Amino acid sequence: MTAFIVNGKEVSVEADADTPLLWVLREELGLTGVKFGCGVAACGACTVYFNGKPARSCVLPLAALEGANITTIEGANGRETKAVQTAWRELQVPQCGWCQSGQIMSAAALLAETPRPGDSDIDAKMSGNVCRCATYNYIRAAIRRAADILEG
Amino acid sequence: MFAQKMSRRGFLKSGAAFGGALVVGAGAGGKIASASAAGILESDFVRVSSEGVVTVVVKHVEAGQGPATGLATLVAEEMNADWEKVEAVFAPADASRYANLFWGAQGTGGSTAIANSFMQYRKAGAFALARLRAAAAKKWKTAPENIRAENGVLLFGEKRAGFGEMAKDAGGIAEPQTPPELKKPGEFSYIGREGLPRKDLAGKTTGRAKYAMDYRPENLLHAVVLRSPKFGGVLKGFSSARAREVRGFAGAAAIPSGVAVYAETPWAAIKARREIQAEWDFSRAEKRSSEHILSDFQKTLTQPGNIARNDGDAEAALRGAAKTVAADYTFPFLAHAPMEPLNCVIQFRGGKATLWDGCQIPTFVQNSVAGVFGIAPENVSVVSLFAGGTFGRRATPSCDYQTEAAHALKQSPAPNRPLKLLWTREDDIRGGYYRPMFAHNVRAGISAEGNIAGWSHKIAGKSIIAGTAFAETMMKNGVDHTSVEGAANLPYSAADIFVDVRNTETAVPVLWWRSVGHTHTAFAVETMADMLAESAGADAVDFRLRHLRGHPRHSEVLRRAAEAANWGGKTKPGRFRGVAVHESFNSFVAQVAEISLDKNGAIKTEHVWCAVDCGIAVNPGIVRAQMESGIGYGLGAAMRNQIALKEGGEVLQTNFPDYEPLRMRDMPAVTTVIVNSGEPPTGAGEPGVPPIAPALANAIYAATGKRLTHLPLAANGAKFA
Ligand code: FES
Ligand code: FES
Repeated sequence: MTAFIVNGKEVSVEADADTPLLWVLREELGLTGVKFGCGVAACGACTVYFNGKPARSCVLPLAALEGANITTIEGANGRETKAVQTAWRELQVPQCGWCQSGQIMSAAALLAETPRPGDSDIDAKMSGNVCRCATYNYIRAAIRRAADILEG
Repeated sequence: MFAQKMSRRGFLKSGAAFGGALVVGAGAGGKIASASAAGILESDFVRVSSEGVVTVVVKHVEAGQGPATGLATLVAEEMNADWEKVEAVFAPADASRYANLFWGAQGTGGSTAIANSFMQYRKAGAFALARLRAAAAKKWKTAPENIRAENGVLLFGEKRAGFGEMAKDAGGIAEPQTPPELKKPGEFSYIGREGLPRKDLAGKTTGRAKYAMDYRPENLLHAVVLRSPKFGGVLKGFSSARAREVRGFAGAAAIPSGVAVYAETPWAAIKARREIQAEWDFSRAEKRSSEHILSDFQKTLTQPGNIARNDGDAEAALRGAAKTVAADYTFPFLAHAPMEPLNCVIQFRGGKATLWDGCQIPTFVQNSVAGVFGIAPENVSVVSLFAGGTFGRRATPSCDYQTEAAHALKQSPAPNRPLKLLWTREDDIRGGYYRPMFAHNVRAGISAEGNIAGWSHKIAGKSIIAGTAFAETMMKNGVDHTSVEGAANLPYSAADIFVDVRNTETAVPVLWWRSVGHTHTAFAVETMADMLAESAGADAVDFRLRHLRGHPRHSEVLRRAAEAANWGGKTKPGRFRGVAVHESFNSFVAQVAEISLDKNGAIKTEHVWCAVDCGIAVNPGIVRAQMESGIGYGLGAAMRNQIALKEGGEVLQTNFPDYEPLRMRDMPAVTTVIVNSGEPPTGAGEPGVPPIAPALANAIYAATGKRLTHLPLAANGAKFA
C-alpha cells in the first residue's frame, strides 16, 4: 500500500512498486485529464505537480510516492492555472487537445516561477512539452496573455 | 464499394452509451442541458431542445482540425442561432445518414470535411429554422415569411420567442417541400467571422474532453499486442510462462498481427508483454535496410514506369534546351505519431459489436470488425470520441488497429468484458503504416529565352492504395493517384511534360500521411522550380509567376505571400529566404520561409509567411491555426524525422527521443494571409504542409549554396540550431 495525496484527497494504492503514477491516476483514480504520450519523459503530456513542482508522471514510480502531494489538471486551481486556462480559451490554443493538460500545467508552473517570462524562458520551460498539432505560437502568446491577466 | 446498406439506428441510443460526455462543448456558462436531454425539433443533423439548445450532429472526426466547430458554424449561420447555445455532438456510424458526400462512406480525410458538408449542413440549418418559423407563424397567426430570426430568437412585430419555446410545435411540422433559400455570401454573419470560439475549448483546457483512451467502462480488460519485429513476419508460436509472474496478467493469445497480451491494467499488459517469448517466421518479411530498399527503388527509375502525364515530347525538348538541370530526390518513411497513441475500446454482446474510437472512417471500421465476428456491418456501432490527432493514421483502409482489437477480443480470456487495445508510443513509431519511402528523378530544361523547356519527372515508391478499397477509383493504368498528385498536375507552363511512376514493393505497410503524395511531390517540384529560376537568372517568385499563366489562384497566393514577406526587400543580416507554392486538396498555399544561420552554421527557421486560398474560409481562425499546424508538422519532419530499417529489417527508432518531434524552440513565427477568392470552401487540414519543406530547402540553398534534395535535411547535410 502506498499512501499519498491527490488533488487534496488521501489515496492509498495497492500495485507494483514500479507502476508509473500516470497509470495509477488514469486507471485507478479515473483522472484521465492526465495523458499518455510517450511513457519515457519525452513529451510532457502526463505532467502533474509532484510536491508543487511539475513532473512527468509516466516515469514516477509508485515507490517514490509515499507521502507525496500530487496535483493533476483536475485539481489544479491556483491563480496561475486559472489565468492560463482563461488565456488558452481566449487565444483558442487547443487543436486536438491531447497535449494541452500538460502544456497548461507546465505553463502555470513557469508563470509561478517567472511572472514575466521572455522568449528564452518559454523555450527553456516549454520545449519539453510536445504538441504534434504545433500550437506552439498560440501557447507562447497565451503565456504572455496569462502573465498580463495575473498582473491585473 | 462504398454502397453499403445500413440500418438507421436511433441517434440517442448510440449517444446514450457515453452519456452527456459526447457533447463537444456547451456555452460558456456550462449550464446548458446536454444532448441527452430529449430533442424536440429533430433531424439527422440538428436538434433544438425546449431550452433552446441547438445541437449539431457532427459526422466528421474532431482531431483538432476543427470540423465540430466548422459544421456547427454552418448550421448556426442558416438558423441565426445564438452561438453560445449551439453545441456539437458526434454522429454514430451510419453511412446512410452521415456519409462523406464525396466518398459515399462515412469518413474524414483528404481535407474534405467542410467542402462536402458546406451545403448539406447549411441546408439542415435552414430546414430547422423553416420549421421554427412555421411554428411561430401558426401561433402568431401570420405567414412564416413574416417571422425573422435573430440570435436564437424568433421575432414578429412586438412578439418574440426563443427557439426553445417553439421547438415543440416545430417538431410537429414537417420539413417544407421546397428547400428554403440559403443565404448569399454577403449575408453571412458566422461564416467568415473572426474570433468565433471553438466548441471544444472548455473540455480541452480542463482535461475533461473525452478521447477513446479516456473511456473506462466497468469491468474493462486491457490489451497490448506483441507484433513481429520485422514487417511481414508471421507468428510461429509463443510462450507466456514468464508473463504469469506479472501481477494482473490475464492471458495471452495468438491473433493475426501477433500475440495479444491481456491484463487488468495497461501497465500490467505492457510489463507482461516484455515476458512473452515469441517465435516468428520471417521468410516473407522485409529484411532489407532502408538504404537498401531506397537504392532498389532508385534503380527502377531508369526502367519504364506507368505514365501519369505525357504532353508533347519531354526528351526531345530536353535535348533542345539551352540548359538542363537534374536532381535525384529521396524521401524516408515517416510515422504520423499522433499525440494520442492509437487505441480503442471494443465490446461484443448479443451478436453486436461496439467500438469507442476516434477513427477517420467509421464505415470501414464497421465492415472490418463485422468481418472478424461474422456479423452484418449494421451490427457494429462506432461511438466517436475526440481523436488526439491522427494526420491520416486513424484511416487505414484495413482498419488495422480496430481489426486487431476485434481479433483480440475474440480470443480474449474474458470475451464478455470490454477490451481496451493500447498501442504504446514504441508500437506507434515501430508499427508501420508510414508515409511511403519514395525516390524521384527530375530533369528539366531552360530555353534561351529563360522559359521551361521540357520536364521529366520519374517517381518510384510503394502505392498506398493498390490492393485497397480505394484502388477502383484512385488507380488508373497502374498509376496510383496518391503517388503522383502534385507532380502529374504540374502547374508550370511547358509544352513538354512527362511524369511516370513505378509501384515498388516492400512488406512495410504504408499510408497517407498528412497531405499524402504532396509530401514528396511538392518538395521535388518546388526545389526544381528554384533551380530552374536560378538557371534562367530569374527571381524565384517572378520565374514562377511567369510560368503560372492560367493558374490565377496559385499566382495570387504566391503574390500575397511574397508581399507579406516583403520578398525582394532587405532582410535582417544573416537571414535567408526560400519560397514555394503548391496546390493540394483544391486549396492553394504559398509560403516564404526565412532562416538564420548562427556562427556555427546552424539553421533556425525564424519566420514563415503563408498565404492560403481555401475558398470561403468558414472559420478564419481555424484556417490560420491549420496553416501553422501544417507548417510545424511539415517542418519537423523535413528537418529531422525518418523511420529507418536496420540491416535485417528491424526499425531503428523507438520513441520520441529518436523520432524527435518539432518542439517549442523550433517553431518559427508564422504570419498567415487568407486570400478571399470567394470560391466554395475547400480544405485546410493538409494544404499547409507541402510548401514548407521546399521553402526551407530553398532558403538553405540561399544561405549555404548547398542544394539538399534528400530528406530529412539533418541527416543529409543540414545542421539545425
Ligand atoms: S507520457 Fe510522460 S512525458 Fe510523455
Ligand atoms: S493540440 Fe494536438 S498535440 Fe497539442
